[in-house]
Amino acid sequence: MLLIHCPWCGPRNEDEFSYGGEAHIVRPAAPEAESDAQWADYLFMRTNRKGLNLERWVHTHGCGRWFNVARDTVTHRIEAVYGMGEAPPVQSRGGG
Amino acid sequence: MPASEYLRQSALAALGLAAKAGAGPARGAGVILRECAPRAQLCLRGGPGADFEKAVEGVLGVRPPLESGMSARNGDRTLLWLGPDEWLAVLPDERSEEVLSRLRDALAPLHVAVVDVSHSRAVVELSGAHARSVLQKGCHLDLHPSRFRAGSVAQSKFARCHVLLHQTDDAPAYDLYIQRSFARYLWSWLEDAAAEFGVTVEV
Ligand SMILES: [Zn+2]
Repeated sequence: MLLIHCPWCGPRNEDEFSYGGEAHIVRPAAPEAESDAQWADYLFMRTNRKGLNLERWVHTHGCGRWFNVARDTVTHRIEAVYGMGEAPPVQSRGGG
Repeated sequence: MPASEYLRQSALAALGLAAKAGAGPARGAGVILRECAPRAQLCLRGGPGADFEKAVEGVLGVRPPLESGMSARNGDRTLLWLGPDEWLAVLPDERSEEVLSRLRDALAPLHVAVVDVSHSRAVVELSGAHARSVLQKGCHLDLHPSRFRAGSVAQSKFARCHVLLHQTDDAPAYDLYIQRSFARYLWSWLEDAAAEFGVTVEV
């Protein structure tokens, strides 16, 4: 089980958290101007790297807050935890 | 608004706890389980910030604790930290309406939410020399006195349910705030987990 450091509650077991998908996906400013392919890309396509991924997590069974996590999907190592809206302190890396 | 006595029913009513009360081991029980009387539970969202904290303190006489996992108490009013902008105010049942309206008035100019959630959770008190051992069977939080003591608060998973845990005494004693529909399951779980230490039920 992962030990995730909630920015407010400190280290807690993974089963208190829910995964919220890839972080930093930006909704197109003018959806009506997007092609179907671009819109589908925004809605469905994710990087899913074999390596360091930037992810959203929420402390469901704790303080209920959302935050971002930089997690390596090969080693399970968490390299950074940072707030919503903050720039990632590390860059994602690894095979697409 | 609190339900009338006629309409209100304990979440544990079907367990017939009154009939079990007092029964237990002849020598001192290691664990004492008690269903707490209904209490007013008001969820406060807002702040943090001086305006919000002062307004809350003006009504309750308690300043919202800003440190995560902490509580603050003044007489019969307690504020439990739930999140960086969220607290649970706990006070005597009969004062809920009066305090709710005073909080809403005092906080009206601010961006806040004040919601009466008294009926959402049952409260069970777990005390006795082995209370912590029972809790540790169902919960991975570190409850050692060096990390968790009287006044500490945590929300976590307990026996697979979401529970708000508040240590009320170093003796130790804990209040477990349990979502109403899980109350019967969790009470039975606690009785079973406590059996090896000798358990007494109080109502
Ligand atoms: Zn948290």
